[in-house]
Amino acid sequence: MIPAAFEYTRARSLADALKAAGTRGTKVIAGGQSLVPLLRFRLAQPSVVVDIGHLPQLQGIKRAKQGTVIGAATTYRDLLDSKLLHNTHPIIAETTAGIGDRQVRNRGTIGGGLAHADPASDMPAVVLALDAVLTLQSRRGKRSVPARKFFKGPFATAMKKDELLTEILLPFLPQGAGTAYESFEQAASGYALVGVAAVVAVSGGAVTHAAVGITGLADTPFFAASAAKLIGRTPNKEILRAAAAAAVEGVSANEDIHASAEYRLHLARVAVRKALTTAAGRAG
Amino acid sequence: MATLFGSGIKRREDPRLLTGRGTYTDDVKLPGMLYAAFVRSPFAHARVRSVETKRAKKVAGVVAVYTGQDTKDRVNPVPCAWNVPNCDLRTPPHPLLAYEKVRYVGDAVAMVVAESRAAARDGVDLVDVDYEPLDAVVNPEKATGKEAPQLHADVPGNVAFTWKVSGGDPAKTFAEAAVKVELRLLQPRLQPTALEPRAAVATWNDAMGQLTLWVTSQNPHIHRFLCSVMLKVPEHKIRVVAPDVGGGFGSKIPGYADEALVCFAAMDLKRPVKWTEDRSENYKVTIHGRDHVEYVELCGTKDGTITGLRTRVYAGLGAYASTAAPGIPTILHGLMYSGPYTIPNIEGTVYGVYTTTTPVDAYRGAGRPEATYLIERLVEVYARKIKMDPVVVRRKNLIPKDKFPYTVATGITYDSGDYQGALDKALGMLDYKAFRAEQAKARKQGRYLGVGVTTYCEICGLGPSQVAGAVGFGGGLYDSAVVRVYPTGVVRVYIGGKPHGQGEETTFAQIVADEFGIPIENIEIVAGDTEATPQGWGTYGSRTTAVGGPAVKLAADRVKEKAKKLAAHLLEASEADLEWKDGKFVVRGSPDQAKTFGDLALMANVAWNMPPGVEPGLEASAFYDPSNFVFPFGTHICTVEVDVETGRVKILRYIAVDDCGPQINPMLVEGQVHGGVVQGLGEALQEIAVYDEDGQLLTGTMMDYAVPRASQMPKIETASTVTPSPVNPLGVKGIGETGTIASVPTVVNAVCDALAPLGITHIDKPLTPATVWAAIQQAKGGAR
Repeated sequence: MIPAAFEYTRARSLADALKAAGTRGTKVIAGGQSLVPLLRFRLAQPSVVVDIGHLPQLQGIKRAKQGTVIGAATTYRDLLDSKLLHNTHPIIAETTAGIGDRQVRNRGTIGGGLAHADPASDMPAVVLALDAVLTLQSRRGKRSVPARKFFKGPFATAMKKDELLTEILLPFLPQGAGTAYESFEQAASGYALVGVAAVVAVSGGAVTHAAVGITGLADTPFFAASAAKLIGRTPNKEILRAAAAAAVEGVSANEDIHASAEYRLHLARVAVRKALTTAAGRAG
Repeated sequence: MATLFGSGIKRREDPRLLTGRGTYTDDVKLPGMLYAAFVRSPFAHARVRSVETKRAKKVAGVVAVYTGQDTKDRVNPVPCAWNVPNCDLRTPPHPLLAYEKVRYVGDAVAMVVAESRAAARDGVDLVDVDYEPLDAVVNPEKATGKEAPQLHADVPGNVAFTWKVSGGDPAKTFAEAAVKVELRLLQPRLQPTALEPRAAVATWNDAMGQLTLWVTSQNPHIHRFLCSVMLKVPEHKIRVVAPDVGGGFGSKIPGYADEALVCFAAMDLKRPVKWTEDRSENYKVTIHGRDHVEYVELCGTKDGTITGLRTRVYAGLGAYASTAAPGIPTILHGLMYSGPYTIPNIEGTVYGVYTTTTPVDAYRGAGRPEATYLIERLVEVYARKIKMDPVVVRRKNLIPKDKFPYTVATGITYDSGDYQGALDKALGMLDYKAFRAEQAKARKQGRYLGVGVTTYCEICGLGPSQVAGAVGFGGGLYDSAVVRVYPTGVVRVYIGGKPHGQGEETTFAQIVADEFGIPIENIEIVAGDTEATPQGWGTYGSRTTAVGGPAVKLAADRVKEKAKKLAAHLLEASEADLEWKDGKFVVRGSPDQAKTFGDLALMANVAWNMPPGVEPGLEASAFYDPSNFVFPFGTHICTVEVDVETGRVKILRYIAVDDCGPQINPMLVEGQVHGGVVQGLGEALQEIAVYDEDGQLLTGTMMDYAVPRASQMPKIETASTVTPSPVNPLGVKGIGETGTIASVPTVVNAVCDALAPLGITHIDKPLTPATVWAAIQQAKGGAR
């Protein structure tokens, strides 16, 4: 497991990092939990690797006008430890606790994971359900992309070649919303065979907001738009079961040695139902 | 003085190992050391048209590149060392580097040696091999078919051997039987996954013609012999050192091409050479386990007496016959078809089959888990067919306690047992009746609870040597010890085995401490260096305590006999008047007339006043060859709840009652049971090596091969019964493999029991949620 030779440098500023992002044959590294395995298997052979993990501009969790803002190089460990996030978006800690193991969480970063866009990683489902907004930056400027328009395919995103993901904005949850993350893990990797994030708000016994993000099921994590149909309805067993069926309808599911497409679809229906049920139970 | 035998003291090796201060092979660093890396075939089966090394040789730091053409006349192929007789065994040569054909993904075609590990790896990328791909075959049953590609020119149908066992009159029994059940069972291939991958460091003293090899080995003396054969270096010119070894589970028994090639390079280049496997390489190249396709039948009466058992087994061997491979599905498997039961009529046929896959060899339990699994699944299905409680059927057929030694239909003789005792104890721990009531209640609520029971016995403590010879094992199966007492009364014990997690640094010291009445701190157990230790046959087959332990005891006895002679001489008493008391030889009736072990150690080593005709010094060696194998046994019970919506199996309780005779250290026994059970739960629930049709290993990393994790494991409740073996002076039996042997059918039985209301009789392991869910769908008549 020896990577091909590469030059390693540490970015001294965000400008350095953006320059690196825009340079051919150069890869940026933060926690390295996705890139290092690729390097070791020689599936990625950059000539230069620029470390951006320590840049203060990419770190931290802070309250903003529209929600909570997370620097892209914030580690999973920091997400777990954040009181602010715990108050504003408890689903982040709930999900993060199941990502990798302690060592992985100490190094891995939320931005790195999202930009890597593994179709079975957990966090994409969460940012989809939360309607997060991602800030992409390059030497050409800065733009905001909704999470729901970010994931384009397996390991493919809306990021241009020269762009870096710098920030993730999690808008405040609607009044009285409950959230939940439900996943079924692949036993070897711990990645999701299926993972579902749900946000449900209830008022006067009726759903006022419902959003579902699903990972692992298809070749891209996706936002299940049909969940919005729950609005105005009573979140009882039958209705949530029907919503779960609707959420995965027509989806072309992944199939591999760990699970058939049929089983993944079935698990997805179970996970959506459970996540909606738990979220609705926490709402109010 | 309190004895240490029977005391659960902490492992003496652990402070070193747990604080990272062990010395593993990869820790060995020598001046001027080079690093090897291998070019391995990406094809499962291909002709090697050419291997071009020019570009690789130009890489900065690369010192040499060897191909199969370079090495074929200078080294011998990897030998197979278990030539099972009377089965038409064919073991075509396994060249250290392939030069005509490659036969599995990972088969080595070239070795790059460089100044650094990175340069060697860079060199590998630049060796150009021209392959002509051929068809692959990965399933051992399919490989015997007419359409299947042929791996070896002289092995028609890819059948390496056809081995048969029979006893009684199985044909007549089956023809006349009132009840018959049959199953097709898959025993999937497993990847052993020792925490420490394999590694080798070799150095060659050209002036002396001496080779030293540090290697991850469970049996350094066997490695010395195999290296001698492969490298054409006389055995006395080879020193093999196995330093700390981080787990083996059988995978570090065989001789491997890469280890020998490291030696070859060191000899050719006259510089030390190191190679360390990475995990991906480990999964492709280090042996796999199991890989059976089995057709099995059992017959009996309507009231639960088992009368016959028949098998037809296709045992995958992979591309070549690894060191012990032919003996695993035959001697260690087929001879155990009676299990703990009185089955008078048995017939088995085992085909050893070559496939274009990684070679298969001994993996924890080695043959016995496969035998136990097929018996226990059949008994379960039989009990259900005759509508009897499976526990009642088991009890009815267990060999009675008073029938030992008992010779089963396959011809082997079990040493001792109290199978009912262990069964009763385990049932009591569970409260079997109460669980059955709870299960009935749960079923009414639509919940699926199940209980699985396995009564097992197994053959281990591999020896005696005479049997080893008779069954074609290319070595002896005795073991050995040298007990050396230093002038200050401290002791070193050199043993022929090579513990690598089993804990004999502790248990053997317990034996010696008791014998000499000295603190355990004064004793060191030395293993793993052929230069220091007497000829022995290694640690596998749960044999080190059962065979090596008595050797330690015998050698210590001899030391003590000599010490007694000296004591009598110094005390001017006759030996008959001496008694051993509180760590001293005391003249009977005169308690102040005494010599401690320390006194005698000093006096023997300075030899100022030895008895006439007695040599100076205080040491002795012993070679112990047992009269028979030993047969530990027990009952495992597991209760589960199956979530029929997702197929998830939750283990509610896991109970293991095992009998390995007297326990030198109960804590270590418990640890071995825990480890074995966990490994078996992995096999039952989630581990499987998967090849695609082209022979590509799809479970080539730990992201896809699901070894069990601590967080996935249930609490394991252990207990024991104690039935000494008459075979050895300590009465001990092996305990290293029982957990793996017993736990796999226990879990599968429990899940099948839970799902019985759905009409499910059998699900092939591993019982992943996906597999269980699919079986449920199928049973419900749904699509699948």
